Amino acid sequence: MGRAFLFGDNIDTDLLAPGYAMKLPPEELARHCLEAIDPSFAAVVRRGDVVVAGRNFGLGSSREQAAVSLKLLGVSAVLAVSFARIFYRNAINLGLPAIILPLACEIEAGDELSIDPEAGRVENLTQARGYDVAPIPSHLMAMIRDGGLMPHLKRRLSIRGAGVPE
Amino acid sequence: MRRRATLVEKVIARATGKTSVRAGDIVTARVDLAFAHDSSGPRRWKPMLAELGAGVWDPAKVAIVSDHYAPAVDAESAEILKLTREFAREHGVANFFDMAGICHLVLPEHGLIRPGAFIAGGDSHTPMAGAFGAYAAGYGATDMAAIIATGETWLSVPETIRVEWSGAFMRGVTAKDVMLFLCRELGLDNAFRAIEYGGDTVASMSMAERMVLCNMAAELGADTGVIAPDDVTFAYLAERGAPVIDEAAARAVASDPDAKYCAVHRFDATALEPQIAAPHSPDNTSPAASFDGVRIEQAYIGACVGAKLSDLHMAAEVLHGRKIAPGVRLLIAPASSKTTEAAAGDGTLAILMAAGATLLPSGCGACAGMGAGLLADGDVCISSTNRNFQGRMGHAGASVYLGSPYSVAAAAVAGSIIDPRRLLSEAG
Repeated sequence: MGRAFLFGDNIDTDLLAPGYAMKLPPEELARHCLEAIDPSFAAVVRRGDVVVAGRNFGLGSSREQAAVSLKLLGVSAVLAVSFARIFYRNAINLGLPAIILPLACEIEAGDELSIDPEAGRVENLTQARGYDVAPIPSHLMAMIRDGGLMPHLKRRLSIRGAGVPE
Repeated sequence: MRRRATLVEKVIARATGKTSVRAGDIVTARVDLAFAHDSSGPRRWKPMLAELGAGVWDPAKVAIVSDHYAPAVDAESAEILKLTREFAREHGVANFFDMAGICHLVLPEHGLIRPGAFIAGGDSHTPMAGAFGAYAAGYGATDMAAIIATGETWLSVPETIRVEWSGAFMRGVTAKDVMLFLCRELGLDNAFRAIEYGGDTVASMSMAERMVLCNMAAELGADTGVIAPDDVTFAYLAERGAPVIDEAAARAVASDPDAKYCAVHRFDATALEPQIAAPHSPDNTSPAASFDGVRIEQAYIGACVGAKLSDLHMAAEVLHGRKIAPGVRLLIAPASSKTTEAAAGDGTLAILMAAGATLLPSGCGACAGMGAGLLADGDVCISSTNRNFQGRMGHAGASVYLGSPYSVAAAAVAGSIIDPRRLLSEAG
């Protein structure tokens, strides 16, 4: 459960992970996340909070630090009308649920949200309304359950190494 | 009888070992070429491969190009470059390029982009390789580390949007203008689709122009951009010592005539004017003439999309016998060292330098917000690069306009944005 932080359409990876800060360690880079449009975001956002945005969230570069920064700041999920392809994959790979919510515009800043990515359900506790969302494909849900692509792959490779069929 | 298929479906079907795939299928593909640069590659892969206890699945199918932090500007970037070199050596990656330029141009220059290949690149502009009839998509570092360890990746087979252009451009109009126009027409939100370019305009384009179309499929938000291989493709590769042996097989990757597209758009190249994208998005596009008089402090010719030899030729056409306006900085970062060498050999560099340009190293540089030529608060820049997101090229208070190399060079001479055709017609 967390509070909603609202952003508009076309939030790009340069806003999420500014180029000039890309060589900093991940925790330091995360402090610059979204600073160009919301200077207080990184300082104010708390563990469990939710980023809510419009169309094409995460467009631009392939830099995974865009999703890493949100995760390091404690963001528990991103709800958006649509996602850019590489950001979507990066988020899921890190175990950060990226959830397509066509009615994201109904959510207001600070609304308390509760999200169940596995059940495909978003509850807006402040507004007392809920949304069924498109289920995350089963092969990706398996990855999220394992904690992301790396733990998922590690499990697969160790099973393979042990000679057990997949 | 074989099911009708698009180019993208054919490449993916072959890479997945299936007779056919259709848009929406979730499949696992074997990767023919996996590449990354110094920012997204070894420095991110190393800890993940260690965690997995895995090495590089097939060093012959991996390429690494140092372009984001090269040449080093401080101790941190020097360390990143050192780690990249050491990784390539330790893992036997022979296709490692240091100080050679930007990955998306360096790889085709070395004949490594092959028609019909399934290519995974650790950079969003990987679709540039689609100009050769490959399926080439960008991936983040964790996806790439998994590919480096296993040689495979999952994907949802994209639908294809067909974009056809017919007719010849007016003088001063380029492939870059096509893409800035398409960003406005098609929008930036085309995820999980591929863009296939065709029509007589595209058929008569050089590989350099085709690379611009496919490169900026990334700006459209598409998985990739593709163009069917033809004689132009084969000649490019043959000239670089990497001929296509079975041309008939390579041609067969083209979409079937009755292939299913999710949309088909047709445009008239003869009517296209030079285009400019205003801050802070590549889809904020209007004809160059509508920005007439916007003052600039910096003009930047660089990046994978905008600093190939042909781009430097365009700038030289405008700058020949002219000087840049007082107070304007014209920075030129050729996209590869081969580009610089060719431009030095054919007299292009001499024209650019005589006009007052400053030559920068080959690399992603200011386009990626990393190298020389970054902008201050309030600076206005016109750039031949592909993105003008807020803060990308330096301070969040800077403004970046995107245009063709003609438009960038013309603005450098005038001190403000003008329709480049005004200077080209004067030049005759």
